[in-house]
Amino acid sequence: MARKKRADQPIVIKGASDTPPMAASMGSMEWNKTASWRSIRPVILEEKCKRCMICWKFCPEPAIFPTDPPKIDYEYCKGCGICIVECPFDAIVSEKEGK
Amino acid sequence: MLEIRFHGRGGQGAVKASDILAIAAFNEGKRVQAFPFFGVERRGAPVTAFTRISDDEIRIHSYIYEPDVLVVLDPTLIGAVPLTEGLKPNGKIIINTERESEHFSFPDAENPVVSTVGCSAIALKYGLGSQSAPIVNTAILGAVAKATGLVSIKSIMDAIKERIPTKKEENAAAAKETYEFLR
Amino acid sequence: MKKVLTGNFATAYGAKAARVNVIAAYPITPQTTIVEMLSEIVADGELDASFVKVESEHSALAACIGAQSAGSRTFTATSAQGLALMHELIHWAARARLPIVLANVNRAMGPGWSIWADATDSIAQRDTGWMQLYCENNQEVYDTILMSYKIGEHADILLPALVNLDAFFLSHTSQVVDLYDQKTIDQFLPPYNPKIKLDVNHPRSFGALTSPEHYYEFSYKIQNAQEKAKEIIRKVGKEFGEMFGREYDLTESYRCEDAEFILVNYGTLAGTVKDAVDRMREKGIAVGSLKIRYFRPFPSEEIQSVLKNVKAVGVIDRAISYGHEGPFFTEVRSNLYGSKASLYGFIAGLGGRDVSIMDIESMVDYMKKEQPSHLIWIGVKK
Repeated sequence: MARKKRADQPIVIKGASDTPPMAASMGSMEWNKTASWRSIRPVILEEKCKRCMICWKFCPEPAIFPTDPPKIDYEYCKGCGICIVECPFDAIVSEKEGK
Repeated sequence: MLEIRFHGRGGQGAVKASDILAIAAFNEGKRVQAFPFFGVERRGAPVTAFTRISDDEIRIHSYIYEPDVLVVLDPTLIGAVPLTEGLKPNGKIIINTERESEHFSFPDAENPVVSTVGCSAIALKYGLGSQSAPIVNTAILGAVAKATGLVSIKSIMDAIKERIPTKKEENAAAAKETYEFLR
Repeated sequence: MKKVLTGNFATAYGAKAARVNVIAAYPITPQTTIVEMLSEIVADGELDASFVKVESEHSALAACIGAQSAGSRTFTATSAQGLALMHELIHWAARARLPIVLANVNRAMGPGWSIWADATDSIAQRDTGWMQLYCENNQEVYDTILMSYKIGEHADILLPALVNLDAFFLSHTSQVVDLYDQKTIDQFLPPYNPKIKLDVNHPRSFGALTSPEHYYEFSYKIQNAQEKAKEIIRKVGKEFGEMFGREYDLTESYRCEDAEFILVNYGTLAGTVKDAVDRMREKGIAVGSLKIRYFRPFPSEEIQSVLKNVKAVGVIDRAISYGHEGPFFTEVRSNLYGSKASLYGFIAGLGGRDVSIMDIESMVDYMKKEQPSHLIWIGVKK
């Protein structure tokens, strides 16, 4: 899946005159890689996975692609662990994040 | 009133350090105030924390703009953020680094008194944190006590044992070692 | 016993010292540690209270209203969006004459999503009949919770109190707080014992349909209670001073007697302004500070007596009523009708922006040099 690159010029707001009327993000969802927030990493065990897609439905981000088998987007997954808890087949396990 | 500003990165314990320093001064009969810079806190992002120590009631509730002392838990912040902004003339800067103080220059500060201590190595010696992320907040407080003379090392060690939930003895010992190391 | 506590912990200790019977609250940054500390205190058996877990702030206040109606002393805490969610029940609690105490951590309303200090949330509850006040430091938060129960539960008052503390500047800032001996506190604050309450042995219905024939008089009585509250606040504040060594009033004057310029303020700004006043006095500027503790009931007598003959008055609002001006400025100005003082309405610190001593000096500088203006935005980046 193609992702837009972050704009070359960082967006700098000087004051009221260039502040937009409402607090709407200007592309930060794309380039703010929330992977850095993770302290645990969910891992899908493909042999156990039944492709029910419950993990994809429950992911709050969403950071799971509804593919066969589902794939976790580790650029954005924040490690909340909901998919681990919700999988009815215990096909997602938790691993410690980090070096 | 003395104003101390702590600079670290999220996860290094700068906020806890500002708190422990306040407790140490309080236990010596001072009035104190401690609080973090209220920005968005993320691991790795710059974190600033403040401690005020006074004999009189502390009424002010704004950030510290003219610190007497700067405590730098992460030397990579030097040059990356306006660290010395507002530092009083002859202000003290205590840096966690293996390098000697002569290595550092602070062109925006007026006659700063710089002290350096390798807190990371000392912290790791006592099993505080990991190789990639040593926890230096307690170790650096020993250096702060020695460099500033604001509080005794005993008060620092007691405050550490009061506020740090685990490895109390190791954290206190790390502070004692940096205190003794700094001449 | 003196301890170093954050504003939130001081709040929790205040509720504990007041021996509240029921606590119902929902977490919201930056209030969460109040409720976390209270749940620990209750779980450890240090406070004999029912801790009710609820699913929203509206339910939290509903639970307090129910429990208070049955004769329990109740406590809750919230902030910004949470306080707004309670709004219809905020009206209810006052109109039902239930002396609940709610600790509100003053936080900005979103969007933009903000967790930082701003008084818009509490000022929006101004007309509901609650007593409403702003704390300058953590000691005052602890003291005020104790006094608010005593004042609210007075038979002639029976009104809830909104105790405000600034987000982060108090809630997460550690300061020295003197915690009093529980025996003395119990002497100061006896158990809650209302004459009218939910009681199966003396059944009543509450909040019944009220026709225009009677509603008007109920309203009149609420206003009377607020006016009487001024007298009780002063009385209890004096009594508190005698028993615990710290006296409180509706307002607090600092170096106003010979002042040419007086800054009217509330919340944590009151502390910073005092330091700024001292600094400016050293430079020969005759400036003083009038801190407003109680916004409701409005301290009209104090404001008139302190401000009427001064040369210039600058009101610092940490909120704005869009379409008009700062809310405290509006009220102070209308209260000074007929006075010859020059009036300046400063807006500062919205959304948690820090207000420094230099900012305050710039306000007095403005008052010296510029014509009176009802709306001056301090520090806005154009």
